[in-house]
Order: sequence, then structure tokens, then C-alpha cells
Amino acid sequence: MKILVCVKRVLDPQVKARVKADGSGVDLANAKMTMNPFCENALEEALRLREAGAAEEIIVASVGGGKTEETLRHGLAMGADRAIQVVTEEALEPLAIAKVLKNVAEQEEVGLVLAGKQAIDDDSNQTAQMLSALLGWSQATFCSDIKIEGDKATIIREVDAGLETIEVKMPSVMSADLRLNEPRYVKLPDVMKAKRKPMDKIELGSLGLDTTNRMTTLQVEEPEGRAAGVIVNSVGELVEKLRNEAKVI
Amino acid sequence: MNYNLTAEQDMIVRSLRAFREQELEPYEAEVDRSGEVPDELGRQIKRKALEMGFYAPNLPEEIGGGGLDYKTLALFERELGKTSYGLHGYIHRPSEILLACSGDQIEQYLRPCVSGEKKEVFALTEPGAGSDILAMATNAKRDGDDFIINGSKHFISSPVIPDFAILFAWTGVQQTKRGERKLVTAFLIDRDTPGFTIERGPRCAAQRAYHTWQLSFHQCRVHQDQILGDEGQGFELADKWLKMGRVWVAAAACGKMERLLELATRYATERKQFGQAIGKFQGTSFKLADIATDLQAADLLVMHAADKADQGIMEPDDAAKAKLFASEAVGRAADSTIQIYGGMGLMEELPIERLWRDARLDRIWDGTSEIQRHIISRSLLRQYES
Repeated sequence: MKILVCVKRVLDPQVKARVKADGSGVDLANAKMTMNPFCENALEEALRLREAGAAEEIIVASVGGGKTEETLRHGLAMGADRAIQVVTEEALEPLAIAKVLKNVAEQEEVGLVLAGKQAIDDDSNQTAQMLSALLGWSQATFCSDIKIEGDKATIIREVDAGLETIEVKMPSVMSADLRLNEPRYVKLPDVMKAKRKPMDKIELGSLGLDTTNRMTTLQVEEPEGRAAGVIVNSVGELVEKLRNEAKVI
Repeated sequence: MNYNLTAEQDMIVRSLRAFREQELEPYEAEVDRSGEVPDELGRQIKRKALEMGFYAPNLPEEIGGGGLDYKTLALFERELGKTSYGLHGYIHRPSEILLACSGDQIEQYLRPCVSGEKKEVFALTEPGAGSDILAMATNAKRDGDDFIINGSKHFISSPVIPDFAILFAWTGVQQTKRGERKLVTAFLIDRDTPGFTIERGPRCAAQRAYHTWQLSFHQCRVHQDQILGDEGQGFELADKWLKMGRVWVAAAACGKMERLLELATRYATERKQFGQAIGKFQGTSFKLADIATDLQAADLLVMHAADKADQGIMEPDDAAKAKLFASEAVGRAADSTIQIYGGMGLMEELPIERLWRDARLDRIWDGTSEIQRHIISRSLLRQYES
């Protein structure tokens, strides 16, 4: 089985996001970027499946501009076999990304797509679901455990009420939650090897897809600063403040 | 000059950072307090470093090392330099002088140091010969095919008791225009060689978990095959292979400075006095500005030296300038950070007092600030001297 792992380049979570002066979006010029942490979980799971003999090849794919290549190289250094960059300078919405990934998944005849449950930048949490619908495959989102046996997979999902166990048919689109695994550190010799692994670049325009954005961003603002907290002296005082000041109980 | 990190360097630094944060830093306070790294912890760090390919990053790939260039090695030392040497010392960077091994020495000494089976120490400094290295008393007298060694070395640092020493001893004298000059030879001496004893050195205020050793040689007989390089060429060998040591001290100082700057900046925004964050007072904020400027300047000096080393054109004063500036700047940064924290800065529950003690050593090891100034000024004056 081949696994396609979709990865997204996002602002490093350790860096504070700054909104552009004109309010048109987050300022990413010269900002430190990294692979979306949930995508790292997805890739880690693919690597473990390959190590367990459930997969032969892992392809990492991403849609984006020039520096997206760095994020894919990181995926190759973690252990993916090859990479595909669908090149565009435009910021696409989840539906457009899902269409592109569908194209890649079909071209590569993969048996499983793994993605992060959401990207930490726009928190859309839509691409995996849309991709599954477009492909007509089963979907398993927010996975915290994945077991594949033949043409079926048993998944534990993290849902609001707790953990839900489901069984899905393969092929499938699965999205990784944080507790699925602990992504490995990149080994030093693998950084060097990643340079020599194949990286295909496909121009978005050459795919002939309608990737027009359907939303317009009107304004991006920083959240309001949080007011200083108060230290209470007793549980009684806490309850009193929650009831009468915060009015939450 | 472009010192922006390449994608590969960025990946290596991220990986090292994760390793430091998860495998080293949690033990930092404990090993500093006890002055010991438990054997099991040391073995664990070494095993994981070997798995990650972090071990021997400075030696060529052909012999199993990481094969990193000098700029990437500077980033390596900078990242690990943020924590205790006693811990990251287990991620061994074997002395590059071992690349001078020839014949059987390659299998017996060089390769085992790369694979983690053996650990060497570099034994040059003596109680009576620190910066004045020609005052060296340790000597080796030829006796047929053997040499008989007598003398002692101190401040020989290693996290663990070494398997062998790269020992410098004088083996003869040479007449020069300025009088007699000792000819020094490097030897590879196994720990179990009769007449060779190793003892733990005194407890140190800085880098407490990193140990120094005292090496004593009493009628210690070694075969001439144990000479590293050529007889009488010890200093030339050391000059050729050890030129980067000062740059690595400087890089580690930059790492400490970055950590101090983060600690100081965070506290300056959190700590409130007189109704506002202390970072709003220029007495605090200007200190932050000075640390940040010092850090950037030190980083540039380090990368400048490493870049020249990669091109094979680094001069001794390039390394000396980086070492002098970075080691003095980290001292200032540690002092300022303590001042910003007030009394809390000196408490053992924060890492600041430890960084302050550790930073003090940077102005001494691998050549004192005075020696660095001597090297820099000498290279200036020589241009005009006849």
C-alpha cells in the first residue's frame, strides 16, 4: 500500500502571530514557519505503519509557494520516501486543497490518505473530510489510534464525549489528533539523505481544476488583551465570584 | 556573507533543540547540584545521541562521523551550549586531532571514538604550564624503540573517566634565533598503561557536572608506535586540528546568551512594580537591548569565523575575536539578567545563577581573554614590524 500524507506549512506555534497593519491577514513575511504539528502526527503514523509492514511507500504532498519545499524536505528527513509540491503562490481554501489532493491521490493510486485534523493557522478542520467525500472513500477524523487489517481499519477517535471506536473500509482518509503518537526527532544523517530524495513539482494550473476561492476576508484583528486575573483566598470566595461577578454558575 | 540558516541547518537545530529540551535540560539542575551525572543517565544520553546521528558530528562521514561543515557545527555547539556541559558532553565530539591517526591507530583509537566505544581526553595543560605552554614539564625520553614519560597534567576535562589520553610531552629541544625551544610530541596513551594514573580534579564552581581530571605519569613506558603524527611535531599538529575550539566556546556562549535573553525578556514583561511591567522602565529595557545587541554581534563573529574556516581561510585572530567578545558578552548578559530578576536571579530554583557561574568559565578555558587579546594584537602589530 502507498500512503499519501498531506502536510501544511504554517507559522511556528512558538512565534507570536502579528496582524498586518492594514488588517488583511497575518504578517508572514520573514516569520518562522514549520510543519503543522498535526501533520507531523499524520506523517509519524505513516512511518510507523511502514515500519510495521502495512505500507511500502510514503509520499508527502503539500500545496503552496516556493518555501513549501522546506516543509516537504522536513517530511523527507523524518522518513517519507518522496515528495510532491503542487506549486501556487495563492492561499487556497480547504475545498480547493481537497480537489488538488484528490488528483494526487488518484494519480499515485494510494490506498490511504493521512492528514492532520486541522492546521493551527486557520483551524478550518475541513480538508480531510472534503477529500474523503470527493474521493468517495471512508473517513476517520480525530484519530488517536489506527489499526489496519486487510480492507478494514479500526480507529479510536477523540470526540467531545470521550473516545469512540469505529471501523472503516479501506481505502480511507484519516486525520490525526495530537495523542495519536509522538513525532520522532529528525536524525542528523536523514537530514543529509533528504536532500537526495525525489521531489516532484506540479504547477497548480496544469491540473485544470477550479480552485477559485469562495470566501473573501474582510478584516483580520488581534484578539483583545486578557485582563489581569485575581487571586482568591478561599473556595467560598471563588464560588461567590463565579456566581455573582462572572455569572457563570 | 549570508548567515541565514539553510533548510537543512534549520532542521538540525530544531532536532537538537527538541533533544536538548527533552533529554538534557530536565536533568540540568539535579546534576549541577550533585556534581555528578548518574552512569545510567550518561549512557542513555549517549545511546540516544548515537541513534540520532548526533555523535561525532565534527568528524568526516567516511569514518562514521556526521560530516558537518563548520557553520553547522557552530549551530550545533550553540544549541547544546544552552545546557550543562556535563550532560551534552555525552554527545561526544571527539578531538579532531585524532584524524592524524595512522596505521593501526585508526582502528584502535579513531574509529572507537566515533562509534562511542572509547573516549579520549586532550592532555596539554599542566599546573605550571597554562597559557605559557612552553613551560611544559612533562617529558618523554627515548629509550630504544620506547619513550619513558614523567610529569603531570591537570584541568583535563571529560564527563567520564577516559579510555586513553592524547598526551603532549616534550621530547627534545631545538635551537632557534630566540634561544632554545622545546620540541613537543603527541602520544596516545591507554589508561591501563603502567605508570599512568588518573584522579578526579577539584570541584569547580562552573560546569559542576563536567569533570576535570589529573593525569600523572611516573616512568610510564610507551612504544614509539604510540606517537600521534610525527615526533617533535606536537604543536604543529595541535595548531592544525584545534583551531576551532575557541569558536565552539564562543558559539556555546551565544547559546547561553540567547537563553538568558529569553529569561530576562519574559520576566521583564511579567514582573510588575510601581504599577507596571519592569520592562517599561528603561533601567530594565536598556539592559535587554544591550544583551540583544551583544548576542547578535557575537553570533556574527562566530559565523564569520566558521564561514572563513569552511573556506579554509580562517586566521587565529578570527577565532580569538569571536571567543573574546562572546565570552565577555555572556558574562555581561548573565550579570544583567540577575539584576533584572533581583534576588530571585540568585536562587538555585532558577537556571540563571547556574548560567552565570558557567559563563565565568568561558573567559578562561581554551585561552583566557588576555591570551585572545594577545593573539589579536599580535596579528595587528606583525603587519608593521620589520
